[in-house]
Amino acid sequence: MTTSAVVSAQNLGLTFKTNDGDVVALSDVNLTIDKGEFVSFIGPSGCGKTTFLRTIADLERPTSGTLTINGQTPDQARKSRAYGYVFQAPALYPWRTIEKNIALPLEIMGYSQAQQAQRIKRTMDLVNLSGFEKKYPWQLSGGMQQRASIARALAFDADLLLMDEPFGALDEIVRDHLNSELLKLWDRTQKTICFVTHSIPEAVYLSTKIVVMSPRPGRVTDIIESDLPRERPLDIRETPEFLAIAARVREGLRAGHSYDEDHV
Amino acid sequence: MSQLQFFLALVAGGLSAAALALSLVTPFEQALLLKAFLGLGFLTLLRFFLPIGLWADGALALLGAVALLTSVGIFSPAPAFFWMALIAAWLFAWLFVERLSNVLAPRLADNAGLGLLIPITFGAALLVIWEVVTRGANVPPVLLPAPSMIGAQLANSASILWADFVQTFIKSVLPGYAMGCLAGLVVAILVDRSPFLKAGLLPIGNFMSALPIIGIAPIMVMWFGFDWQSKAAVVVAMTFFPMLVNTVAGLNASSAIERDLMRTYAAGYWQTLMKLRLPAAGPFIFNALKINSTLALIGAIVAEFFGTPIVGMGFRISTGVGRLAIDLVWAEIAVAAVAGSAFYGVIALIERGVTFWHPSVRGGRT
Repeated sequence: MTTSAVVSAQNLGLTFKTNDGDVVALSDVNLTIDKGEFVSFIGPSGCGKTTFLRTIADLERPTSGTLTINGQTPDQARKSRAYGYVFQAPALYPWRTIEKNIALPLEIMGYSQAQQAQRIKRTMDLVNLSGFEKKYPWQLSGGMQQRASIARALAFDADLLLMDEPFGALDEIVRDHLNSELLKLWDRTQKTICFVTHSIPEAVYLSTKIVVMSPRPGRVTDIIESDLPRERPLDIRETPEFLAIAARVREGLRAGHSYDEDHV
Repeated sequence: MSQLQFFLALVAGGLSAAALALSLVTPFEQALLLKAFLGLGFLTLLRFFLPIGLWADGALALLGAVALLTSVGIFSPAPAFFWMALIAAWLFAWLFVERLSNVLAPRLADNAGLGLLIPITFGAALLVIWEVVTRGANVPPVLLPAPSMIGAQLANSASILWADFVQTFIKSVLPGYAMGCLAGLVVAILVDRSPFLKAGLLPIGNFMSALPIIGIAPIMVMWFGFDWQSKAAVVVAMTFFPMLVNTVAGLNASSAIERDLMRTYAAGYWQTLMKLRLPAAGPFIFNALKINSTLALIGAIVAEFFGTPIVGMGFRISTGVGRLAIDLVWAEIAVAAVAGSAFYGVIALIERGVTFWHPSVRGGRT
């Protein structure tokens, strides 16, 4: 294991015990994520991409294999606040204003008032939400709520950002906009980002590495290194390079029998 | 004009006309105001040819009420046209409220002042009918005293009523309520913390909250004596279980994602409790506080039936019935009603302030 590996998984497996018998959510996953990478996990529902993200976050426990985050166990990494997590839903607390929501992790981690104010201002600028500090979440649109939840995940400056389909519930136009903003944010903050999606264009547009997964059992079928430049305008999606990578992702999904008739 | 309004207008006008015809057998100068009301009521039938504003109906209902109240003593026994006039006045009031609520319905929220007029009209109509029926039909005051008698009793026995209020509400209800609700809240958190208590205490709590706890009142009087302590104990027992059951449910009201979020911050139990689960439980806790505000008053009053020093609302009610001082009993009930409503209203106001974010309060989407 190199020192720059942020996430390292070896022969990782996770089996859920349910009343209907065992469900193999992850099987034999081997993956290394280096510092500063933008890694997308793509695959159909049930392929274990969210489960893998939750395992990194120590929200699920692997049942076999090893997983280290910055060389630590997931439990240690969580307790040392190694990552920020953005969920599918914004999950902003409705009784707190936007700035108080962003302050939530800072309060829990014991930052001083002055530090809180400074970090709130910086992250709200970063996600272009300045001016909405005193609003309540239910007074904002879905896209703005999700931006606030990204700001909240960035507020305590963890080097690893885990994002579980953060833009899944938003419409195409807002999504494009937030994707390009996310790329800029990644460029500016130099964070390592793990991003779960089931949109091929989104995965190719954002990532330096695309992990293609397939279901039953959840496993990795292909890992694609993208050679697109870091600077990516939205119209890069019409270039032949982009389409070639997209085709390879689609091929990987097909090889993993993700398009089986009993599944789709 | 809706079908209901059409019928209300037709019957009210027709009844006025018939009553006016019947009233012509009495000497002209007798109950002039009532006859004037009936005459005007008769004229409202013209509304089917030229429209009349809803305020005219309101004014007519008011005139009818005044006419009935002033002429109730004149006839003995009250003749048929008197009762017809009562019904006509009531129909005009109904018509007024019906038309007013139709006008206000689309903009009730920003029209709180006028919106308040509807329940006020409704309540006043009820009082007028009560007053006129009890006096016009010579209902024995022991069965049902007129509101004016109750009002007079309220004014005459203000000092007694105040002493009773202090004994029952200030000394029994408020301390018992505070202790019962607080204990319920604390035990709910203990139950949440301990799987053993959750398995053992919670089923008992659910069982107890379904029991008529007021049955323990005589036992509490035996344990804690005649004074307010035993009443407060009953109130504690009555308010404890609703608070326990509601708070336990409320502590589980936060969503899985919201709790996962706290876990990703490596937040401790108490941090999660204070910053997420208790605020999320707010609507449930206030629900219990509101239920308990009425339960507490009931508990204290009924507990006083089983033994008390010679003061207290429950004591006054039970002895008042025995002495046939029914107007005092009703005055006491009126005080209890006002105190109970005010108590509930204060809790509801605080709720609006604290759980302003909840969709049921802000009236929006989740």
